Order: sequence, then structure tokens, then C-alpha cells
Amino acid sequence: MNLAQAPSLTDFGHDPWWLILGKIVFAFVVALLGTLLGVWFERRVVGFMQVRPGPNQLGPFGLLQTLADGLKMAFKEDILPRAADKVIYFFAPAISMICAVTMLSVIPFGPMVSVFGHQTPLQVTDVPVAVLVVLALSSMAVYGIVLAGWASGSTYPLLGGLRSTAQLISYEVALGLSIVAVFMLSGTMSTSEIVAAQGTGPQLSLFGADITMPGWYALLLFPSFVIFFISIVGETNRPPFDLPEAESELVAGFMTEYSSLKFALIMLSEYVAMVAMSAFTVTLFLGGWHAPWPLSIWSGANSGWWPLLWFFGKVVLLVFVFVWLRGTLPRLRYDQLMRLGWKVLIPISLVWVVVLAWLRTVDDWETKSRLYAVGIPAGILLLAAMFWPSRKPQPQPTLAEQVENRPPGSFPLPPMDLQVPPSPRTRRMVAEREPANVPAGQDSEEV
Amino acid sequence: MTTSTVLAATGAVSGGEAVAFWILAPLALAGAIGMVAARNAVHSALWLVLTMLSLGVFYVLQAGPFIGMVQIIVYTGAIMMLFLFVLMLVGRDASDSLIEVLRGQRIAAIGLGIGFAALLGSGIHRATQGTPPVGLEQANAGGNVQGIARLLFTDYLFAFELTAALLITATIGGMILAHVERRKEDKRDQVATMKARFAPGNYPGPKPGPGVFATSSSVATPARLPDGRLSDLSTPDILPLRELTAEETSLKGTEK
Repeated sequence: MNLAQAPSLTDFGHDPWWLILGKIVFAFVVALLGTLLGVWFERRVVGFMQVRPGPNQLGPFGLLQTLADGLKMAFKEDILPRAADKVIYFFAPAISMICAVTMLSVIPFGPMVSVFGHQTPLQVTDVPVAVLVVLALSSMAVYGIVLAGWASGSTYPLLGGLRSTAQLISYEVALGLSIVAVFMLSGTMSTSEIVAAQGTGPQLSLFGADITMPGWYALLLFPSFVIFFISIVGETNRPPFDLPEAESELVAGFMTEYSSLKFALIMLSEYVAMVAMSAFTVTLFLGGWHAPWPLSIWSGANSGWWPLLWFFGKVVLLVFVFVWLRGTLPRLRYDQLMRLGWKVLIPISLVWVVVLAWLRTVDDWETKSRLYAVGIPAGILLLAAMFWPSRKPQPQPTLAEQVENRPPGSFPLPPMDLQVPPSPRTRRMVAEREPANVPAGQDSEEV
Repeated sequence: MTTSTVLAATGAVSGGEAVAFWILAPLALAGAIGMVAARNAVHSALWLVLTMLSLGVFYVLQAGPFIGMVQIIVYTGAIMMLFLFVLMLVGRDASDSLIEVLRGQRIAAIGLGIGFAALLGSGIHRATQGTPPVGLEQANAGGNVQGIARLLFTDYLFAFELTAALLITATIGGMILAHVERRKEDKRDQVATMKARFAPGNYPGPKPGPGVFATSSSVATPARLPDGRLSDLSTPDILPLRELTAEETSLKGTEK
């Protein structure tokens, strides 16, 4: 792996103005194209999963359907409810949109490339706290949803907004805690350096053989990866966590009153957030622009413009998982959502961070004491799990006893042997039927 | 090390920093004034968000990127969001009344506020004028985040843990005050519910709908059972059972 290709923080801030502008336009185009293709992709994939074609009329494979829908939306009447808070109603979709698009500015799309003779990283900018920038933006994007719900001035949007406040705050905690593990391993909060840190796997000497572990944090920090992905599904309001806009309960939730271009902005921000969060996951856990294993054997895979392809391939894969979840899982109930967030995701992340800190601490010790330090707690845990007293099952009364013990006057029970008594009507009809002319020798038994 | 950190460490104010300051400082001030002046509680909260965001950017400009981002995540992202949650629960029409309870209070508050701000501002300005900033370079030597982490886990560990204990105590106190304890016996599971439903004396089928075989389709009109009695099962518990008089049920004439 060619590490000279990986940019560090010192490589940023030397670009001429036209290059900066070009990168910003590139990130913006990624956002818009991501939406345009994302909506199409989602409808086609969900259609495939539900055994129907999906949009297939406009353009090749129906690719232009979203464009047509967008144009139609622009010509719709823009409705402003009388009870709406006009200024906030107007600005709320813009808040979501701005936050979602800005997230893409700290995502590394690729390594150092040469653009008209300038060596520059394929990333708009990077700061020492780039991951926190994404977190801050995603927490600000909540305002768009909440304020849209509140400013609409009617009941269903308000309920959607209320749901989203509690949901997004809870899932942000789990999100932050799962990223802590990434910080602990990479030792940095800058996105480009996290990607660079995943380029080299740790050396593990097992039974005398040196094995290079894969460097992707999705494998090294699997629990964090799972929790992170569940949290971003909650954070982007995607099914099965789309309670703020639950169609079957709240009409369209926080965006019920929106129409025309404002509605288009809300849809846009939802899909941009999905793409940006997928790109963020790829950056943190899936090795960023690094080529996956069979491709990485080729030495040129991680240099030049090729990594752009690997990066977007991984992003499309994650967007597919988003769509897959939507096509598969039913929406959670509100209390189930809260229980999952606070009683499952957050405790598991906390315990996992402590375990990881312990593993990191014993990493420097010599082999024997390291084995003791990891083996003894693990052994105690195993023993405790084995000998944990399980609750004695209550003796279950048999069915006959239960029937016997019912108080007088109870609801009538169907026959216990489930034998259906012959219908008197059938018996009468059989008796009245004229005997058929059955030739002798054949089976003449009456049915 | 970013360029902004180096610039701030030397004490010089770069052009970009000055521009950012003169854009954001009026915004922060406007947010503060708007927060006090706004009549609607949600508008107040939003003005405060503006101030907090500007402060976060100021921290970043002052070579504290970590604290700036944490300011935005924690204060605007979590705390103000909880404020909004409560305000939205209270209702959107809960505006403050403009009646002055204490006469002259507003004038006095404005005067005292401006006076206090002037006193504080001039005092800090006089005290720090001409003092060169020192030590930022050393504090941020191994990176801003690492510097804060080192201080938090060495010199200020005890204070940090005390703060955490205080916050946890407050949270648990709040939960205890608001939590309604339900004993295990009081919870009825599905099996128990079904047993109670089919127990003798309870009618397991759906209740008769209000207005069925009744003289009116009103929810308050009880259903009439086949034997002519009124069924109190059909009306909601909060409604009193009553039958309409003959005058009420008779056709109303359209002409006077």
C-alpha cells in the first residue's frame, strides 16, 4: 500500500482558488446526483424486492423519472398554511439542506491526485476535528425537521417534530459513543488521517507467524460498526426508524404541510443526508477510498483517480443496505425505538469502549501477563454465564386440568379433540340423493 | 497544526479572522438581544441558537476547534433541542404577556444591563490591553484535542469526575421525581388480560356501539338492548347516561 498517496492535515490549505471552487462544486454535484440517482435507485430496488418493475419509462431504465418528478414539483402551487410561522416555515427546509450538503465537505473522496499540475487531496477540506464537524452538522440538521414540524402550525407535523427531537438526540448519543472506538484506534479526529490509518493493518504474531490483520475498522471494531450503522439509520430518519414522518400514522409527519419546492428541498436533504452518512460510514469504518482486498493486490489500486471508484462503490453498497432495510423491516413503535437506543445501543457501546480501552492498555505488556490480563476476566465472565442461576420454570397445569378448573358460567369451549361433527344438512342431502346407476363390480360405497 | 492555530498563537489577527469576527459578533449580539426581546418562546430559543453557533465559530477561530465543535454539538444540538422539545409540548401559542408587573422594571433592567455590560467590557479590555497571548503554542503542541485530553485526565481529573457525579446525581434525582414505580404484580401480561376477558361475568365480545338501535346517532346516546333496556356499556365512561326527551328527538321544522 502506497502511503505517500495518503494526504495528511498539512496537505490542506495550499490550493489555488479555482481548485477550491472546483472541489466545492464537485461535492455539491455529488450531493445532487446522489439524490437524483438515489431516489431512482431506491424505487428500482424496492420494486425489485416487491416483484414489480418500478419506474422504467422515462429515459434508459427510468433514470430520468426523478428529474421529471423534480420538475413537476417545481411547478406545483406553494402553499403557506394560515397558522404557519412564516419565517421559520420558510427556513426550516433550507437548514436541513445546508447541513446535509456541508457534511460532504470533510469527506475524503480519494487520495492525493494531480489536477492540472497541482498535487491536491480529493477532499474539500480537513480540520483536526473533522468527525466532530459532521456530528455537529447532523445535530443541526435536526432543527430543520423539528422547526418544520413546529412552524407548520398543525397537529400531525407537530407530532412528527416532537418525535424527531427525542429520537435524534437519543441516537446521536449512541452515534458519538460508537465513534469513540475509532478515535481510540486511529488516534485522530481528522477524516483523512482516519482513512490513512486504515491503510495499514496491525501486525499480529500468532504461534510464531506474523499476520497482517485487515486495517478496516469495520472488522477490527465490529460492534462499533454495527451500532454506528443502526444509529445513522435513526439519525437520517430512514425506515425502520422513520417515526417523524410515519405515513401510516401521521400522514407525512413533519412535512405534511409542505408542498412544491420546499417539499422538494426536504426530500433532497433526506437523500443527501443518506448519501453523506453512507460516505461518512465508508470513511470511518470501511477504509475510505482504499481498495477492497482482491483489488488491493494490484499496486496501482490506491493511487491516482482509481480510489474514487472504490469509494463510490462502497457508498452505493451502503445506500443499497439503507434501501434493503426499508424494503424489509416494519417501522418500530416509539417505545421500542427508545428502548433500543437507550437500553441496548448505548450500554453496549459503553461496555465495548471500556473493553477496548483495556485491550489497548494490555497491548504493550509482555505476552504472558497480557494473556493473564485478558484471559482471567474472560474466564470469569464465561464461568458466570455458565453458572448463572436460571429461573425455575413453574409446573404448567395440563390442558385437561385447566378446563376442569374453569369457574362455572365460563365462555363455552370448542370440542377439545377438534373433530368437526357432521353437518346435519349434508346428511339430509345424501339421504335424499337418487341412487346412481353404478355398474356392479366397482366400488359402490357411498361417499 | 492548522494555519489558524499558528496565527492565533502569535497574537496577530489575520484578515480572515477579523472579517469573521465583524460578521459574527453583530450576529451573536443580535441573537442575544432577540432572545430577550422575542415574545414567542420558540423564537427566543432560536435566537439563542444563533448566539451559541456564533460563539462556537469564535472558539474555532481562537485556535480551540475541539471546544468550538463541542459547543455546537452539546449546546445547540442537545440542550437547546431539549428546550425546544419542552416548548413544543407546552404549545405554540404560549407567548409572554407584555403587562409589566413591576412599574419601571423594564427600563431599569435595560439600564442596568447596559451598564453592567459596559463595566464588564471596559474592565476586561483595560485588563488585557497590550498583554501578549502566551502558551497557546505549547498547549496545542501535540494537537488541540490531545492537549485537552491530557489536562482532563491528569490535572483536572478529580474536578472532571466531580462534575460528572454532580450531573449523574441531578439526572437520577430528576428521574426519581418523575418516575412512577409500577410493581411487578400490577403489570398484567397478555395471558392474564385474556383470562380476565373470558372470565364469567365479563362479556368478551365487542361492546355495543353508541347509537345502535337508539333514537339518535350521538355518542352520548346509549345503545338499546333487544329487550328495550339501555346499555351503559355503549357510552364512554366520562359521558353521563341520558335519554333524549321526546321534544329533543322530534323533527325540527325548517320554517318559523
